[in-house]
Amino acid sequence: MSVPLAVQPAAWARFPARVGAMCLVELQKLRRDKSELITRAIQPALWLLIFGETFTRLRAIPTGNTPYLDYLAPGILAQSALFIAIFYGILIIWERDAGVLSKLLVTPTPRAALVAAKAFAAGIRALTQALIVLVLAALLGVGLTANPVKLLGTAFAVVLGSAFFCCLSIVIAGLVMTRERVMGIGQAITMPLFFGSNALYPVELMPGWLKVLNHVNPLSYEVDALRGLLIGTPSHLLLDFGVLAGATVAAIWVASALMGRLVR
Amino acid sequence: MTPAVRCTGLRHSFGTNVAVDGVDLEIAAGTVFGLLGPNGAGKTTTIRMITTLLPVGIGTVEVFGLDVTHRKMAVRRLIGYVPQQLSADSALTGRENVALFARLFDVPRRSRTVQVDAALEAVGLLSDADRPAAGYSGGMIRRLELAQALVSSPRLLILDEPTIGLDPIARSNVWDRIEQIRADTGMTVLVTTHYMDEAEQYCERVALMHRGRIRAQGSPAELERQLGPDSTLDDVFRVVTGDELEEASGGMRDVRATRRTARRLG
Repeated sequence: MSVPLAVQPAAWARFPARVGAMCLVELQKLRRDKSELITRAIQPALWLLIFGETFTRLRAIPTGNTPYLDYLAPGILAQSALFIAIFYGILIIWERDAGVLSKLLVTPTPRAALVAAKAFAAGIRALTQALIVLVLAALLGVGLTANPVKLLGTAFAVVLGSAFFCCLSIVIAGLVMTRERVMGIGQAITMPLFFGSNALYPVELMPGWLKVLNHVNPLSYEVDALRGLLIGTPSHLLLDFGVLAGATVAAIWVASALMGRLVR
Repeated sequence: MTPAVRCTGLRHSFGTNVAVDGVDLEIAAGTVFGLLGPNGAGKTTTIRMITTLLPVGIGTVEVFGLDVTHRKMAVRRLIGYVPQQLSADSALTGRENVALFARLFDVPRRSRTVQVDAALEAVGLLSDADRPAAGYSGGMIRRLELAQALVSSPRLLILDEPTIGLDPIARSNVWDRIEQIRADTGMTVLVTTHYMDEAEQYCERVALMHRGRIRAQGSPAELERQLGPDSTLDDVFRVVTGDELEEASGGMRDVRATRRTARRLG
């Protein structure tokens, strides 16, 4: 143990190093617990199989030349990532109770880097989920893109979206401080976020007040980007990624300000 | 020589509850120092300020001469910390648990494998390193946490109730490892415990804390001698805390945390 002290990297270099370390841990855990991937795939599968197939036949929702199932698939992709990320705060509270958070905060890791690392680790988890949803959608005959650049963009949008909702959940955890309340608030906001977005139906069909919610809802920007990339519907990629990145940075900043409160 | 830890006039309150009430403490580099006291005495709060987890409101704390308020990152590089709860990740293997902390402390890639193995070896877990920690016994998990704290070669090792909930054999095993590591590296060890027998056996100096203040300080032998012939550290503890112990012995949260740890250790 007579190894000399590590050379200290510059502060900016710590961010990617910490994010990398946490993402690796997330992958190591996923490798050992594959059952979680399967149980989590059930809900999006039901949306696609039952809701998607039925509404495609009903033709109740006008989606132009795009079959409804194709229109729906990116929405379900975003939704399934949202449902994972929004409960991440529970894990943070558990980590606080188990002393893990204290231990992490006594490492030379800026709080924002720790939050970012957790957020992108949630993104990695969401990506594995996204892969399952995409395979399922392809099996159901959804016309997905095969363009590698667009698929990479899809992965990036899923990670950013998950990172944002993960941070939102950490913010909630930092404010309410108990698992039960994070669970309650998480459940209370997921459905409004989902139904108040363009995941299930075009914005044009929404009443005015819902359009307002849709405009301030990061999920809508995620869905818009995913739909544009995967299905090729008209989208606003620059705006979408801009909003997602901006919202994520802001959420990381707020969540890291609340970290200290959690370990107090 | 710069002391490993120096606290002056340290105070901290949670609302109206004064947890730490004017602590002056100096821990010489290279010693095993025991911070003793009942639940709710203020030991953990003091440690949380030394480890930069709680902001220092009133008073000052220095770790190897570095002010913890202004040099947080530098201080954290010097510290290896094992919290009271069982904090190893049971979904990861022993090696993955230690490697994570090597990464978080920026141990360079080329020496990482060597250093992770050295830390696992130092706690006697090298042969179990590739098993998930979920299958470890309570004592093994504690030793794993010790390895996590050691992998960055800290100069100050801080252990909050390292043997709580362990059986006697696991307890002495954990302490033997701590002693060995200290002998090999000369690192300073700050430990909190309620077990007076452990403090007597393993700590060179102890401070007895009660209701946020340090009531007695010295080597276990000195403190016993001051009280009279045939005294034990238990007696010193009893005199220092008086009869107030029952009502003062920690809040609901303390007790719950302790029980949770004990339960998880089985």
